[in-house]
Amino acid sequence: MRTRTTRTTVRSFAVVASVSFLLTGCSGGGGETTSADTTATTAAAPAAGESAAPAVRGDEDLIIWAEPPRVEYIQKIADVFAEENGITVGVQGIVNPRQEFITANSAGNGPDVIAGAHDWIGQLVQNGAVDPLQLSPDDLAGYSETAVDASTYESQLYALPYMVESVALYCNTEYAPDTYASIEDVVAAGQPAVDAGTLDLPLILQQGELGDAYHMQPLFTSAGGYIFGRDAEGNYDPTDLGLNKPESIAAAEKIASLGETGADTIRRSISSDNYLSLFTEGRAACMVSGPWALPDVQEALGENYSIQPVPGFAGMQPAQPFMGSQGFMVASSGENKAFAQEFVANGVNNEEAMQILFEASNQPPAMVSVREGVTDEDVLTFATAADQGAPMPALPAMAEVFAPLGQAWSAIVGGADPTETMNQTSETISQAIAGQ
Amino acid sequence: MDQRLTSRAEKKSQQADPPGQISAGKARGTSSVIGLLVKIVALGTIIGLAVMLTPALISTQQWGFLAVIWGVVIVLAVTYASRRFVPAKYLVPGTLLLVLFVVYPILMTFQLSTTNYGDGTRTTKEVTVSRIIGNAAQQVQGARTFELSVGSEGTATSGPYTFLLVDTATNDVFAGTPDGLSELDPGAVPIEGGTITAAEGFTLLDRRQINEFSQQGGDLEGFAVPTDDGVITAQGFSAVELFSPLEYDEAADTITNVETGVEYTPVQSGDRKFFTSADGERLSDQSWGENVGMNNYVRAFTDPRISSDFVGIFIWTLVFAVLSVGTTFALGLFLATVLNDARVRGQRAYRSILLLPYAIPGFIALLVWSSFFNSEFGLINNLLNLDINWLGNPFWAKVAVLMANLWLGFPYMFLVCTGALQAIPSDYKEAASLDGATGWTNFSKITFPLLLVAIAPLLVSAFAFNFNNFNAIFLLTEGGPFSPDNPTAGGTDILISYTYRLAFGGGAQQIGFASAISVILFIITGVLAALQFRATRALEEVG
Repeated sequence: MRTRTTRTTVRSFAVVASVSFLLTGCSGGGGETTSADTTATTAAAPAAGESAAPAVRGDEDLIIWAEPPRVEYIQKIADVFAEENGITVGVQGIVNPRQEFITANSAGNGPDVIAGAHDWIGQLVQNGAVDPLQLSPDDLAGYSETAVDASTYESQLYALPYMVESVALYCNTEYAPDTYASIEDVVAAGQPAVDAGTLDLPLILQQGELGDAYHMQPLFTSAGGYIFGRDAEGNYDPTDLGLNKPESIAAAEKIASLGETGADTIRRSISSDNYLSLFTEGRAACMVSGPWALPDVQEALGENYSIQPVPGFAGMQPAQPFMGSQGFMVASSGENKAFAQEFVANGVNNEEAMQILFEASNQPPAMVSVREGVTDEDVLTFATAADQGAPMPALPAMAEVFAPLGQAWSAIVGGADPTETMNQTSETISQAIAGQ
Repeated sequence: MDQRLTSRAEKKSQQADPPGQISAGKARGTSSVIGLLVKIVALGTIIGLAVMLTPALISTQQWGFLAVIWGVVIVLAVTYASRRFVPAKYLVPGTLLLVLFVVYPILMTFQLSTTNYGDGTRTTKEVTVSRIIGNAAQQVQGARTFELSVGSEGTATSGPYTFLLVDTATNDVFAGTPDGLSELDPGAVPIEGGTITAAEGFTLLDRRQINEFSQQGGDLEGFAVPTDDGVITAQGFSAVELFSPLEYDEAADTITNVETGVEYTPVQSGDRKFFTSADGERLSDQSWGENVGMNNYVRAFTDPRISSDFVGIFIWTLVFAVLSVGTTFALGLFLATVLNDARVRGQRAYRSILLLPYAIPGFIALLVWSSFFNSEFGLINNLLNLDINWLGNPFWAKVAVLMANLWLGFPYMFLVCTGALQAIPSDYKEAASLDGATGWTNFSKITFPLLLVAIAPLLVSAFAFNFNNFNAIFLLTEGGPFSPDNPTAGGTDILISYTYRLAFGGGAQQIGFASAISVILFIITGVLAALQFRATRALEEVG
């Protein structure tokens, strides 16, 4: 069981640990005393005193934390900012930065800026870990509306968006060469090859035994379902849980028709472990997945793939996948807040910086003017798909939704009664939210 | 499971070695001067270090740790500086380390379990109130934005400071202090790149200085210029006019929205309080840390979500731990006995191969096994032409977990059994054979009881380990499969995986509650282990 320690306990631990080092040195003989002494001194020095904490702040003038794969391109704009301001800027790659940041920030040794997904915002605000950004509407007019919507929480902007993402539909053009208007058409395109035995299945939509609410969202929304409603100001409303509403139950029934007891298109045997290999090995015609799958798809299929936004059910609403936005946020207890605010409000908030970020990452930009110069069709498709999506709710309540809703999809795909399942799941989730 | 057990086994064997008293005695005679020097240096270092730490601890007011550190120093000095207390010289280091690495974490966990620490309660009430009010501050309609320079009437480091502002829309220039805003003569201040670069009577700060003085405790922290529409505060090296509709009244402990007139007071909800309006609307998801006494324990025993599942999960945890130990021990012992026979050729080769699962990291092995069990594409169903929904059916999922754990665990049992078997003198067997004992009688009456004497403590620790074998469950099934009416308790959940999900759920961390569960699990495991050790003592008497 993991337990997190407060700053006091961590520091105290370092102090006590230093004594233990000495003990080791003492019983081990004179030779070790020097090295033990050095260790103890470092561990007990106030600045580095939290050495027991996994992620430790660097000592540059401005520190940015990001997920390790994003460090490379963030470093590029950090360097520009460093040069303009005559300071040093460090970008640290942190595994699981969301939790590490909350812990480190409350201990006062976190970064000044955190780069992360918009759906962290609810939890970060709940923990008082980020400050709102005070940008004018003019500043924000240049960004995709969905991205600004995503970065806004309780009517305040908390992140400056630079990149958007969502799932889209990949197709193997050997079996499914067209653009499809509905999910029924997608299934129909691959079905002949499945019947002939050359393909295992027409469409990959990963669920696994535990279900996957993220990947089911486009179909759920197309069939009319919703998780949280929105209030008059456009904020997601945690008290309006829609899972047991008639439209959501109807959507669950529609999804059940594609499940194992229906058309057998969506199966629990396809999970995050095997979805990609099934598609790249050419065992399925199409796949619902995000930009992270693109490098593998390109390598396996060469030119023989196409990407399009996920279509909805025939004659129903358009599919709205969960849209995600990556952005920069200002830490509430950062050491160098002035530089942090300057970096987010001016250092990144301009076309040149956004252009650098795009060129280095090749991910769909959040800034509209940068998109105009993009020639890569795949990037543009993913940008369109993200714009058509709806931001994943950043509410802390959302944490109580994913697992139970996923399990509900798994059960419904496996043949459980949709009405009963959705009612039970809705009940469980609302209880969990009330107990939060 | 394996590393923990081996290290325990190693410790056991080390403890079994008698301390080399003879050689120590000799050394005392020959190198007493060096010994004395070492002693002086070591004790001096410890005392020196304690002296060095003392001011830091006093300044941060950590009296408890100050007392502990000096207590430790006194104990060490008394023990090692005198010629008496010889047993203590051996016991003190171990005892201190035990306190440090076992007792202290348990006490800390217990202390944490009496708080509501977790998501939303990491801050103090004071901080929470200021964050709630700060987060509500917005640029009202027609709010002005400025380019900011900071001037000091004295030297750059001394202050008092003034905001020198250029309105980004009108280019009007202002001087702002905590007393208010006053317009400056545009002719008197040179503007370059939108910002004021010099002003009569002021020393201008550079950006580094602005940043430094804005830090916590700095003179510019919270610097705000009041205006008719709100306050002007710095945002990096710009300034904006902000207005927060919320006001906190400390005496009444209410936050009031001055625009709507709604008052928010702290209302208890679960283990924390939220500022809530009369009609039940929460102002924010932010709460604050508080001591909750034994409430987390009360919740663990009274929460219907937990108590309804607890018995079933507890039984499965016992079954899982017993069967995991039983199956791995049975298979390990069988293979060890078979391969221990001198007539087997290529013993080494067999043994090496059998140890392979032990050499593969458990994390990877479990993830690979998880893909083996896939009902449609998995190796097991495809190879054996079965149609079992391994991970989707509660019964088969339990079987799958036990199978994977058997594969992971038997090499360890094989290893310790092989060692124990080789330590049993062959004379016993020969004597029994002369008395006419057959192979089976030999094994069941002689070999097995002798083996158990050596192995039983390891079986107890293997049980305790499997009782809390989080990895085996979480990496294979994540506790699943789940039924839709109960997404908190899965078919293969053991207590530790179940409570992990309860405490950390999808993302909301309830660390105080999780600590309470940890303490309870610690007690359960401790009691079970104590009972088992009592049982194994009976074995030793047989031996």
